[in-house]
Amino acid sequence: MLSQPEGSKDGPVHIELRPQSAHAVDAPAKLRARDVNVFYGDKQALFDASLDVPEKAVTALIGPSGCGKSTFLRCINRMNDTIATARVTGRIELDGEDVNDRSIDPVLLRARVGMVFQKPNPFPKSIFENVAYGPRIHGIATGKRELEHVVETSLKRAGLWNEVADRLQAPGTSLSGGQQQRLVIARAIAVNPEVILMDEPCSALDPIATARVEELIDELREEYCIVIVTHSMAQAARVSQKTAFFHLGKLIESGNTDEIFTNPRDTRTQDYITGRFG
Amino acid sequence: MISWAVLAALVLFSAVTYALGRRKLTAQAAGQGRDRAHSRPGYHGAYVMLWVAVPAAAVLLLHGAFGGRIAAAAVQAEKPAAVAALTPQQRMVFYDDVQSTVVGRTPSEIIYAPDVREALDAEAREAVRIEMGLRLAAVAAALVLAVAGFVFSYRRVRPEFRARQHVEGWTAVLLFACSAAAILTTVGIVASLAFESFRFFQAVPPHQFLFGLDWDPQIAMRSDQFATSGAFGAVPLFVGTFLIMLIAMVVAAPIGLLSAIYLAEYASRPTRAVVKPLLEVLAGVPTVVYGFFAALTVGPLFRSTFNAIGAQLLGGPFHELGLYLSQVQNQMALVAGAVMGIMLIPFVSSLSDDIINAVPQSLRDGSLAMGATPSETIKKVVMPAALPGIVAALLLAVSRAIGETMIVTMAAGLQAKTTLNPLDTVTTVTVQIVTLLTGDQEFDSPKTLSAFGLGLTLFVITLILNVIALRIVQKYREQYD
Repeated sequence: MLSQPEGSKDGPVHIELRPQSAHAVDAPAKLRARDVNVFYGDKQALFDASLDVPEKAVTALIGPSGCGKSTFLRCINRMNDTIATARVTGRIELDGEDVNDRSIDPVLLRARVGMVFQKPNPFPKSIFENVAYGPRIHGIATGKRELEHVVETSLKRAGLWNEVADRLQAPGTSLSGGQQQRLVIARAIAVNPEVILMDEPCSALDPIATARVEELIDELREEYCIVIVTHSMAQAARVSQKTAFFHLGKLIESGNTDEIFTNPRDTRTQDYITGRFG
Repeated sequence: MISWAVLAALVLFSAVTYALGRRKLTAQAAGQGRDRAHSRPGYHGAYVMLWVAVPAAAVLLLHGAFGGRIAAAAVQAEKPAAVAALTPQQRMVFYDDVQSTVVGRTPSEIIYAPDVREALDAEAREAVRIEMGLRLAAVAAALVLAVAGFVFSYRRVRPEFRARQHVEGWTAVLLFACSAAAILTTVGIVASLAFESFRFFQAVPPHQFLFGLDWDPQIAMRSDQFATSGAFGAVPLFVGTFLIMLIAMVVAAPIGLLSAIYLAEYASRPTRAVVKPLLEVLAGVPTVVYGFFAALTVGPLFRSTFNAIGAQLLGGPFHELGLYLSQVQNQMALVAGAVMGIMLIPFVSSLSDDIINAVPQSLRDGSLAMGATPSETIKKVVMPAALPGIVAALLLAVSRAIGETMIVTMAAGLQAKTTLNPLDTVTTVTVQIVTLLTGDQEFDSPKTLSAFGLGLTLFVITLILNVIALRIVQKYREQYD
């Protein structure tokens, strides 16, 4: 538990790492968060979080339930704006621009920063219309043919095209859970975002669907900056290059995934990744 | 009637048998450990109690329902010669008086011939005797059944006896009886409506009723009155109903729906806490009050407005229109429809608000996270998801508009006209039903019976509307969920 005496270090942690996450991340920071505090009413949910998120890499946010990792994620695309009592302080820079600045329109920001939620949430529309939703509202595709092209490429990039090509007019809700989650990923990438936020994208999926989505995340890493919140440390180890550990609303430490998992600096991180709490 | 004492005794006896059943089981199972009994003691108690109470209560109920009629029939079966000589109508009055004497009511003031008078007393005594006998028989039968039920069921109470299954069987029967009562009542209502309508359609052919353009049910009430044939074409009534419903929905649907969207999606929590109850106050206003409002405030306001506009137009290129507008009266379809629309606003907004709130937040989040604005989210995601429910809410409002009577009676006039002009006076089906059935009426003239014809037609129309609503909802369900 938490009251573990300081300094009692156990032997080395054995978590198998995939080769691609073994090399260090030296890409430039796409997102820079500095001293981010979040309050829900009187309750403070996040304390002075500072984190650099690299370009074209997967950054995993891990930590026990209620540790503030999802809260942090929702600051990046200002989804906390939709909660009336939420208040955010500090700076979060996307390419050097503060997303909380008055000049930033959250609607335009969210077109640059896509999001995938815990539970698959396809709209009550056809598969085609689900993917076409973003391009339509942002006027990305002009004309029917171009729209069809965007939908097709997005579904292909999300690895769903072969499964749904013959039934694009079927309701999005008719797909299986894993397919729905890949559908909403296709929906997110259809507007060409720069960053994709994923809030426990596999927690509602079975192991096979999870593996399929993880594979997809790994492919998407080559084009996007991805931030993923996950409860599964194995998943963080498998898909991410950088990991940040949150605990009780504080960002305890962050670094290259292989370092965090093999040689954490903080005992709390070590206790968490070795399964002592959480 | 069975006295309350008998019922109280039955209840008490059931309670005692419940306790006895429980105790027997507990005593028997006690020695063998708790797990040996199949059912919990309460089930055994309930099993015994049901066998005691239900058959006995059924007998008492049957007596209550049919005892009086059986007794009356038995009394009338053997008539004294003096009574047999009376005409059927006189005999009816005679037996009414017998019944009055029995229960101690003041009999009618008819002075009977001496021999009939004597027969009356004799028959009253006879009736009392038969009723007492029947009552005694019922109580005795109930007692026998209760005791027999107790003996039968108490002997079956054993640890291995499956009392729970039996009690649950009884429960299922009880629940079925309740739902059957509701269904049978509906069937009864429809049947009586259909029966009376059939009598009406014997007098007035259905095609004349359904497609006739004249509604003038003034017909001779009694055979000695000068007879006019009367006209029973229902088209003007249905056109009037449709017109007023349409006006009401034109007012209620947009205002109700948009205020629901405001409440559900835009209003802050404190605003919502004030606005929603205020809107629902409107729903608590009695329709008569809306009727006053329509007849005394809105009607004169509309009239003076239209008259003023008409006066301006007089002599100009629209002289004819001006002439018409300047002569518009207080009572018109527009007034009734508009006020009814206001009455329906809280109905539409409250239902739609609940439906919009039921759309999962995850869909809104998904849309907002795509960079959609709140209004795009509402138009393209929330409303399509809520549509089946909203359609159902609107159709419910339509059936309320069709069924509403008071406002129309007070504000739309009573003239049956086939017109779609909102400034004209119209009348609706429900208003006509009320006017046809109020006051002293004879229930075999086509005039009164036509009310049932109207009722049946209205029932069929609302039924069709409901079926359509259900189909729409199902269709969208399939598509979206």
